[in-house]
Amino acid sequence: MSNKILSVRGLSRIHGVQCPLCISSTGPEHDTNMCPHCGSVVAAHDVNFDLYRGEILGIIGESGSGKSSTVKTLYFDEAPTAGSATFYDGGMQHDMFALNAAQQRSMRNKRFGMVYQNPHLGLNFQISAGGNIAERLLMSDLKHYGEIRTRAGDLLVRTEVARARMDQNPKTFSGGMQQRVQIAKALATQPPLLFLDEVTTGLDLSVQAAILDLILEIQHELGTAMIVVTHDLGVIRLLAGRTLVMKHGRVIESGLTDQILEDPQHAYTQRLVASAL
Amino acid sequence: MNAHYELPLEDAGYSFGFLDEYAKKEVRRCILKAISIPGYQTPYASREMPMGRGFGTGGLQLTLSLIGADDTLKVIDQGSDDSVNAVNLRQFVQLTCPGVEVTEKTQKATLIQSRHRIPEKMLTEQQILVLQVPYPDALVVVEPSEARRKVMHGEADYSRLLVKLYEDVVRFDEITISHRYPTRLNGHYVIDPSPIPRWDVPRLHQSPALVLLGAGREKKIYAVPPYTVAEPLVFDDIAFRVEDFRDANGKRIACRCCGSTVSFLDELIDDAGNVTHQCSDSSYCEEQQETISARKQA
Repeated sequence: MSNKILSVRGLSRIHGVQCPLCISSTGPEHDTNMCPHCGSVVAAHDVNFDLYRGEILGIIGESGSGKSSTVKTLYFDEAPTAGSATFYDGGMQHDMFALNAAQQRSMRNKRFGMVYQNPHLGLNFQISAGGNIAERLLMSDLKHYGEIRTRAGDLLVRTEVARARMDQNPKTFSGGMQQRVQIAKALATQPPLLFLDEVTTGLDLSVQAAILDLILEIQHELGTAMIVVTHDLGVIRLLAGRTLVMKHGRVIESGLTDQILEDPQHAYTQRLVASAL
Repeated sequence: MNAHYELPLEDAGYSFGFLDEYAKKEVRRCILKAISIPGYQTPYASREMPMGRGFGTGGLQLTLSLIGADDTLKVIDQGSDDSVNAVNLRQFVQLTCPGVEVTEKTQKATLIQSRHRIPEKMLTEQQILVLQVPYPDALVVVEPSEARRKVMHGEADYSRLLVKLYEDVVRFDEITISHRYPTRLNGHYVIDPSPIPRWDVPRLHQSPALVLLGAGREKKIYAVPPYTVAEPLVFDDIAFRVEDFRDANGKRIACRCCGSTVSFLDELIDDAGNVTHQCSDSSYCEEQQETISARKQA
């Protein structure tokens, strides 16, 4: 049990006014996530899972299934409507949604990392690639210029971006390189927990493979726990040990990835697996 | 202004210091709050003054709220008592605050209103320095939304300012901010110390005099209370440095009038293109000259 890093219980995120019928009239069995009575959107409801050190958890589902909403609430991008999340760090337990804004910001900057599908969300395109990584290091109170330079350079080399391009603007980088800079930025503070939101979507296949390789290497080297959100079964098969399948804001199936892919129980999962090429 | 000008009779009912007593009371309250929270930008109801915003109305409202008949006022603009802005503000105070003495000597003043300089002479606990501020928020260069800047100040989140310094060092091998250097008070709030040159920033640190900063257009008052820790934002391994007044041979340039080699200098270029330097603080320069001539006579 001491290996547990994150424990999520009853996590919900509902957009809109909410009525007592919201929960009972949405979900996969009603084939919608929008409440017919009040128009609220149940983006995610009653999400439960545990995450252990060095483990990769996959969340798969079609768009609008609530997989990104789940990760966004955990990264404090959005506030949850209900539920709790406990982060276990260095022998301490943190009730994540009970922390104040400054504590949440500090946890987000120092203990979590996020890689977005769109590099424009994760990177500041007004400053250099090195500056982007420096920002994370400065947030975690490292104020030594020489050390920031060395660490930023090392991180870029680790994610296979040439050190010589460190002082260039990421605008001039290819999509794959921008994604690598994002990963380097996310790893800057050596966080125990990393969120990956559709990291390979929109990249060409060879670049996708290289990025996935990099993610696996990082997991082996640093033992970083990750939550990988994707709609791509291949990514799940390659990365995730355990998987949650989401549809219309609910988790419809969860378990070992192999088990889900080889013996899907829910009709949606069966269709999903059958449709994969 | 005409020296013989008097307010028209029907307007002569202005209270002492132009502002009415309620306005002064409000400003004083905000000053107390600003002193209690060093560096916090206290909002206040900046009044319309009979001059354009941006001409020192923030500083003037502080001065008018603080000044009493037994005060001695000095007004400077970029170190000089004779600049247009300084002369106008001084005459306005003389007009509206009967009995107030004005002076050009730094040590004689109890209240000093200044634009863009801190006097060379060390201020004392008996003095108050009022600085005129155009842009009160140091974070404005990295975050356009004031609501978000307020949150950043509250959480002491200044990493993005430091990223700007980082980018400067990467591109130019040094920090390129010449004035309005972001300065941290008591390890929390970062202030924009008004457009004083870097030269003056170290003199905010542990200053015996109270320093008040007023932004009229932006409606903010903040303070550096006496003996407050004021540190310019820097990296651990790159020291803060002030303006370098050495010539090509590495020799410190002296003021052409008083010969001082320890003061902040203005660069003057005459019609022939010759470059000379002169103390920016005219009161300091004159005093040096008097000392020299007194020594010659003796």
